[in-house]
Amino acid sequence: MTRTLVLDDVTKAFPTGTVALEGVSLAVAAGEFVSVVGPSGCGKSTLLRLASGLDHVTGGDIEVNATSTSYVFQEATLLEWRSALRNVELVGELRGAGKADRRRRAQEALDLVGLTGFEKQHPRQLSGGMRMRVSIARALVAEPDLALFDEPFGALDEITRLRMQTELQSLFELKNFAGLFITHSVSEAVYLSTRVVVMSGRPGRVVADIPVPWSYPRPPELRFEPEFAALTGEVSAALGEHS
Amino acid sequence: MSAATMTGRPQSGTSGAGATSGAGARRRLAATGAKVWPLLAAVAGIVAVWYAVTYLVLTPERRFLLPPLHQVLGTTLGNPAVMGPMLDALWQTVGVALSGLAIAVVLGIGYAVVMAQAGWAERILYPYAVILQTIPILALTPLIGIWMGYGFSARIVVCVIIALFPMIANTLFGLQSAGPDAHDLFTLNRATRAQRLLKLQFPAALPAIFTGLRNAAGLSVIGAIVGDFFFQQGSPGIGGLLRTYTLRLNMDALFMAIILTALFGVAVFSVFAALDRAVIGRWYGRGTS
Repeated sequence: MTRTLVLDDVTKAFPTGTVALEGVSLAVAAGEFVSVVGPSGCGKSTLLRLASGLDHVTGGDIEVNATSTSYVFQEATLLEWRSALRNVELVGELRGAGKADRRRRAQEALDLVGLTGFEKQHPRQLSGGMRMRVSIARALVAEPDLALFDEPFGALDEITRLRMQTELQSLFELKNFAGLFITHSVSEAVYLSTRVVVMSGRPGRVVADIPVPWSYPRPPELRFEPEFAALTGEVSAALGEHS
Repeated sequence: MSAATMTGRPQSGTSGAGATSGAGARRRLAATGAKVWPLLAAVAGIVAVWYAVTYLVLTPERRFLLPPLHQVLGTTLGNPAVMGPMLDALWQTVGVALSGLAIAVVLGIGYAVVMAQAGWAERILYPYAVILQTIPILALTPLIGIWMGYGFSARIVVCVIIALFPMIANTLFGLQSAGPDAHDLFTLNRATRAQRLLKLQFPAALPAIFTGLRNAAGLSVIGAIVGDFFFQQGSPGIGGLLRTYTLRLNMDALFMAIILTALFGVAVFSVFAALDRAVIGRWYGRGTS
């Protein structure tokens, strides 16, 4: 199995002297969905910025074996003046795809996230959950080998959030990218992932790496199974010991 | 000035998307009425104060200082020998104001785009804009006359100088209003500088550019009248007539000219405010559902 993303003994210190990450080693292979949980300020988001190339390490190495990387931000980060379809199309525009091709792909991506019929709506006319769906469609339209998620469901209400989790794990099953997902929510991490990585508070270190056994698709009811509760308990315990 | 011209745009309601067109039209009409009534009331108030001063404050022998409104309208409106030159002059001033505005818009947006390219460019270039803004236009105007002559082009230059700053300041503010995440999105997709400008910064700046345009339009009217007032070569503008009437103590014509300039200013401001609402509403997909 190819290792799509490899972090080897990565350290990130900011010019202000803050050490965000220290000695972090982590690999994500194709077909793996890895969630990172940790207390606020443990450098989770920094980890994503480093993996995406938006920021650079101050120690250690990062290796990315992906022809296409996508990034889903905390906020939907849509362009207000563009319709849903044109927001998804933006990726193709920037990467120089032909108009017919990029429009067809954008339409397919919107269909995939259940927004058929909402193509012409502008972001202001969409709910928070729908805006995030557009954002995910924009990430999928690039056919990513590596998909990075920076706590994308954090701002959504609980009901929408659970629905988005169910949809995301089925999209993962379908597209089979290497996923790295940052979250505050232990149950979200366990439900979505093949592995859950637990980080300590600042400076961020990996303190536990817990595999999740269930195959996809995962039914929503999985969350009520005793095995699920046992695993979230294990992750919470690892979090509690090191926060 | 910068505090007044840099104010953020008020967020107008966006909830009308789902309304049926009939109810929407009625509500728009009601909203227009709600905006027009206070304006009409203000005009009525001004007229009331005008008559009060004319008849209650001024003695009959001093009443020529503020002739009553009906006398101003009566001696001017029906008299082609007065109204003809006045409307010609107004037309001339409209031409100067719009030419000056057009130049200020192009220069202002261009200057802001250059500044938005790099922090150092902004630090070097912004002070020039601020200095241009802080020199009172009346201090510069005679100099412009000496350099440029006293004709049409000098009047336009005055207009450009006075209208330039709000265009620069608002455009720059708008170009910098796109969030860091949106910039990251463009960076991650390896956007070129031109793509970032045309697909992110410029569209994000459009609302602020329209705010600047509205302010610049109002100022260009002032600039055109100031220019007329100082530069009398060639066909006179309305500002030139204001000066002539003042020197001749032709009070009725003077007041009519003032009323015309006021109407001109209100018209320009209203046109650009309406343009602003229409374009920005469409831009953000309001009412397209």
